[in-house]
Amino acid sequence: MSTTIRIAAPKQASRGEVMELKALIRHPMETGYRRDPYGKQIPENILQRFECIYNGEKVFAGEFFRAIAADPFLTFYTVAVESGTLEFRWVGQDGQVYSESVELEVV
Amino acid sequence: MRRRLPALLLVVASAALADTRSFVDQSDLPAEAVRSGSVFLTAETRALQADGFANPGYLWVERGGELFNDGDKVCSSCHQADALAGAAARYPQYDAVAGALLNLEARINLCRQHHQELPPLAYESDELLALTAYVANLSQGRPLTVAVDGDAAPFFEQGRAYYFQRRGQLNLACNQCHDDNWGGKLRGDTISQGQPNAWPAYRLEWQTFGSLHRRIRDCDVGVRAEPHESGSEIYISLELYLAWRARGLAVESPGIRR
Amino acid sequence: MAESLQRREFLARGAALLGVALVPVAVATPGEVDLEVAGLFGNRPILPGRVTLEIPPISENGYSVPLSVEVESPMTAEDHVTRILLFAEENPQPNIARFELGLRAGRARIQTRIRMGGSQKIRAIAELSDGSLWSTETFSIVTLAACIIQ
Repeated sequence: MSTTIRIAAPKQASRGEVMELKALIRHPMETGYRRDPYGKQIPENILQRFECIYNGEKVFAGEFFRAIAADPFLTFYTVAVESGTLEFRWVGQDGQVYSESVELEVV
Repeated sequence: MRRRLPALLLVVASAALADTRSFVDQSDLPAEAVRSGSVFLTAETRALQADGFANPGYLWVERGGELFNDGDKVCSSCHQADALAGAAARYPQYDAVAGALLNLEARINLCRQHHQELPPLAYESDELLALTAYVANLSQGRPLTVAVDGDAAPFFEQGRAYYFQRRGQLNLACNQCHDDNWGGKLRGDTISQGQPNAWPAYRLEWQTFGSLHRRIRDCDVGVRAEPHESGSEIYISLELYLAWRARGLAVESPGIRR
Repeated sequence: MAESLQRREFLARGAALLGVALVPVAVATPGEVDLEVAGLFGNRPILPGRVTLEIPPISENGYSVPLSVEVESPMTAEDHVTRILLFAEENPQPNIARFELGLRAGRARIQTRIRMGGSQKIRAIAELSDGSLWSTETFSIVTLAACIIQ
């Protein structure tokens, strides 16, 4: 699935350093409570889950409900342990997966 | 239903309180009084706009940048992004070939048709919003300086007339809120000057990104008037008047607005 | 509660005349949050403290309110935060989000943006690796927009 994703992560970090990671994804997080201009109910369409996977290991995750604002934004942290890949993935209510990866060098 | 009437009256009363005259004062907002809409936002909303990462408008700027470099005959094969810096600050602009006043959206669509042999994008479509956001963002920080003389003059007069025309069931002209009562309160909101320099912008109420024309339509609906089509000549003319009225204000797109 | 429901219904009806509208919905209550919490944690004690929740005291609308939550923890193998849960007392649903951290988080701090269907208390509960639960709550006001369009 395609959407626009923005990730802010360091390209390089020292071993043991606590890194700040930021993720922003384009998604309406439609609650199911709104109606369109023709009066028709707009169906619920939300992202239900977020995961950050660091070299295959889940280091942070979250379950989202309708109260997460449209175009979800997250800042969280993880410890730099080794060089490799940080994968950011979101899962929609019907199982759609959106993901973006960044490379990290640990020195 | 019982409670709608007092709320409506409140809106009418607070907007019209300072102006009980039966005519509308048609003097333009003095240049030294001009303030960006950012001034009237809470510190948190201003901080979101200023945050180059968290500002969700950049999702559209980024997508626009991809589209700008995407396709068989791409925008970037004619336009160097650097050379477009400042261009958005000069729109709307009269185009002699088209014989029409063009805003950024119309210019992008004309480019698509004439130079890329592509169909125009629908107003408010994701692609047109993204391309407009990208091109507007290239002018961020540049002062608005539109030409309102020559061929642009009749459009300017038309836009100015729209601005000062009372309309809708509430019988309000734009200037009654945005010239006469800016800084005042309308329920929980502080009334802005209705400046266009942050658009296209991410509007929190919409929970998405949108065009200046969509915002103007909301104002027209707000005074219970029939809104015009986005991209219509009358709205582009109004956009020209607004851009002239905002002369000197820096382009902020992608802005964050309430 | 009755007043809040009435207000929502009024907003929804006013909006129905003008295009995009809210579907009238019931709202969560402090009681519903308590029920949700009881369902998750049973009768385990929830202690005040260790959790800091920051939300602006006043927001100009409830569509995208910045929220920051941090839990005081050394984040060591013996003592770290495993979960942070957020609840809203007056939203249609009591849950906002449930975050799963671990030792490798390094720091138990999260920032996000939430929806608030009106002025209310937001509650944060942190679960630690020793099984203890810590909590705090913050009240935040959402002001009413000028023009009744939506």
